[in-house]
Amino acid sequence: MGANQQVAVRSPYRLDIMFMGAVVALVLVWGAFAAALGSDAPMRLQGYVAIVLASLAGATMVFGAQAGTLGVDRDAYSDGVIRYGVFMSTFWGIVGMLVGVVIAAQLAFPTLFSHPDFGFLNFGRLRPVHTSGVIFAFGGNVLIATSFYVVQRTCRAKLWGGLLPWFVFWGYNALIVMAALGYVTGITQGQEYAEPPWYLDIWLTIVWVAYLLVFLGTIRKRTAPHVYVANWFYLAFIVTVAMLHIVNNLQVPVDAFSSVSYPVFGGVQNALTQWWYGHNAVGFFLTAGFLGIMYYFVPKQAQRPVYSYQLSIVHFWALIFIYIWAGPHHLHYTALPQWAQTLGMTFSIILWMPSWGGMINGMMTLSGAWDKLRTDPVLRMLVASLAFYGMSTFEGPLMSVRAVNSLSHYTDWTIGHVHSGALGWVALVSFGALYCLAPWLWKRERLYSLKLVETHFWLSTVGILLYISSMWVSGIMQGLMWRDYNELGFLTYSFIETVKAMHPAYVVRLVGGLLFLSGAFVMAYNLWRTARGDVRDAERALYPDAPPAGNTTPGAPQPAAVPAE
Amino acid sequence: MFLKHHQLLERNSILLTVAILVAVSIGGIVQIAPLFRIEQTIEKVDGVRPYTPLELAGRQIYIREGCYTCHSQQIRPLRDEIERYGHYSLAAESMYDHPFQWGSKRTGPDLARVGGRYSDDWHVQHLIDPRAVVPDSIMPPYAFLEGRPLTVRETIGNHLLANARVGVPYTQAAIDNAVTDLFAQADPNADTSGLEERYGDKVNMRDFDGNPGQVTEMDALVAYLQVLGTMVDFSAYEPERGNNLR
Repeated sequence: MGANQQVAVRSPYRLDIMFMGAVVALVLVWGAFAAALGSDAPMRLQGYVAIVLASLAGATMVFGAQAGTLGVDRDAYSDGVIRYGVFMSTFWGIVGMLVGVVIAAQLAFPTLFSHPDFGFLNFGRLRPVHTSGVIFAFGGNVLIATSFYVVQRTCRAKLWGGLLPWFVFWGYNALIVMAALGYVTGITQGQEYAEPPWYLDIWLTIVWVAYLLVFLGTIRKRTAPHVYVANWFYLAFIVTVAMLHIVNNLQVPVDAFSSVSYPVFGGVQNALTQWWYGHNAVGFFLTAGFLGIMYYFVPKQAQRPVYSYQLSIVHFWALIFIYIWAGPHHLHYTALPQWAQTLGMTFSIILWMPSWGGMINGMMTLSGAWDKLRTDPVLRMLVASLAFYGMSTFEGPLMSVRAVNSLSHYTDWTIGHVHSGALGWVALVSFGALYCLAPWLWKRERLYSLKLVETHFWLSTVGILLYISSMWVSGIMQGLMWRDYNELGFLTYSFIETVKAMHPAYVVRLVGGLLFLSGAFVMAYNLWRTARGDVRDAERALYPDAPPAGNTTPGAPQPAAVPAE
Repeated sequence: MFLKHHQLLERNSILLTVAILVAVSIGGIVQIAPLFRIEQTIEKVDGVRPYTPLELAGRQIYIREGCYTCHSQQIRPLRDEIERYGHYSLAAESMYDHPFQWGSKRTGPDLARVGGRYSDDWHVQHLIDPRAVVPDSIMPPYAFLEGRPLTVRETIGNHLLANARVGVPYTQAAIDNAVTDLFAQADPNADTSGLEERYGDKVNMRDFDGNPGQVTEMDALVAYLQVLGTMVDFSAYEPERGNNLR
């Protein structure tokens, strides 16, 4: 930053800087109290970690202010925070998948990872680290990074809010560190996918409102007349997740420095609220948000306009209206009143259509550009993600039918279904987007290596296929064994016999997970070399047809920015 | 054509946000709101009571260790499940469960009616080393619960109070005597008249972990497991009657 530019620095009494200073101070105070008065050792540790994180944030701000760089960004677009986002997405992706491989190994070889003397690494504590790690840490960072990128390009406006995007990014990542540390030390709310304790729920609410403000503020600043379709999906994701998060986390804490809280809803009401939340975490976090990614990156990488503007309108409103009803299919044959179960099942089946609307709109965007699948492995990854999206959004409605659910529920079939969506759709579309973003953000001509993308593609695909087919086998087998009767009319199998029978499937699943994880390492290496500006020597002459990396010059033609009629 | 009017939403981001909020609110309101008419949702049964302080402390350990990630607590009305686990679960049985622990996966068996099925000693041995009693088990060991004193033992009254605030019918006497009740339940020599008065004489009162000198996390967890599914008096329950059919 040259001296002549410092003159232009605005008043230090900027609202965003004051807000962040106040937040850092508040967290420091809360952390000090929690460290001193926490009800048990894990809670006191949370206090210390909060102090460390807030001190880091405060020190960064003070040094930034002294150097005159705090909140100063003269680029046309705020891409710094997105570059960090690409890094953290990759980092958390590897952490989350690694923990997944560990817990898969625990189920296959329970004596190998046995810790009788402490609970930190037991399945029950690591499982939320895995689910939160891949969904919220990896997925969430991908969503924040891509949404910041897409909203700026499609609105032709810089991110609104000064330092606020940085607050959203670091605040969100701090939440993940605190939550993960809490899980392994035994702090959890005990509701699936909503495990973070009450004080982190409050923190996430603050971060999320800031996220909504940044996103909407940027849209309000737009110079393009229309809000592009990708942004509708991102907006629906942000708004709905806020609603779900707040309602499902209404809690009464035991006291201000206890990690334990009791939810306002109990029993059957708690169950329905939880699965209304849980299913729509899938619907809005893992579907609507990632469809936002699809609607920008697929047309951009294929250099084609979105297939149908009208289809995008119809399937957008149908998807968000119908998804919210589908939660009760997680509660078939439970003590939930049957009318609610039936309603959930019916809407889940209807949901098949708007889901496929999105898949078709993405796939058909390749019309006239199908040949690029041969030459562009990044595009192939994006298209494969749509294929898996189509498959798992067909399997989902199938499993929501009460009769099918009586077999599939409580078994590994559900786990396989989740992973066909999570690995096949969410992770592949994220990988595709990260491969697009790295050269664009670091202003490189192209990726370090398309060959390595190709390797990653096959490692992932084979990994997914091993994963989901082994879970079909173990899930359907166990479901059938549970309900098997011998000729005398007695149950044939004890529970433990069904567990024993699943061992080979658990080993295959572990291999699949390892392949998928190794693919993520390949990607990390490729992205790192790309950011450094390297190009693999052997590939300089290869892929002559590959499209050049995206042009990030502001105001440059954005072929996909306007939906085609 | 309605698509023409969609321009309005595409050009006004606040209108778009409001429209999204309306679209995603309807389903939740229609499904969740009616459940709060309790008499239509939860059966009338005899015997369901709030957890004793020791059971509640055990339940917090169950939650802390993530037992719900592998064990369900919800028996479905299917022939094989009823024969394997017992009477199907009623909404009334978890009405004081904040949070509910129905679970979604049975890597291990359902625990909704595990209470009274095994001896305390079996549970202790199984938790210390699952493969000592079930050789093919894939459950992790929980030996560290043994001998570890309950950290909540002095503050358990606050936990009862928080439960009372969310609607669990703990009396003021139950909250005031929570610590005494917690120790009394696990002490074979204690005066348990107050505990019985507040929670009934069916409460399991004994040393659960084979170590009467101390109230440990093992005591609490086993006390919780031993009460699961045992509260309802099924001899007095008529499943076909009126509101019990939902």
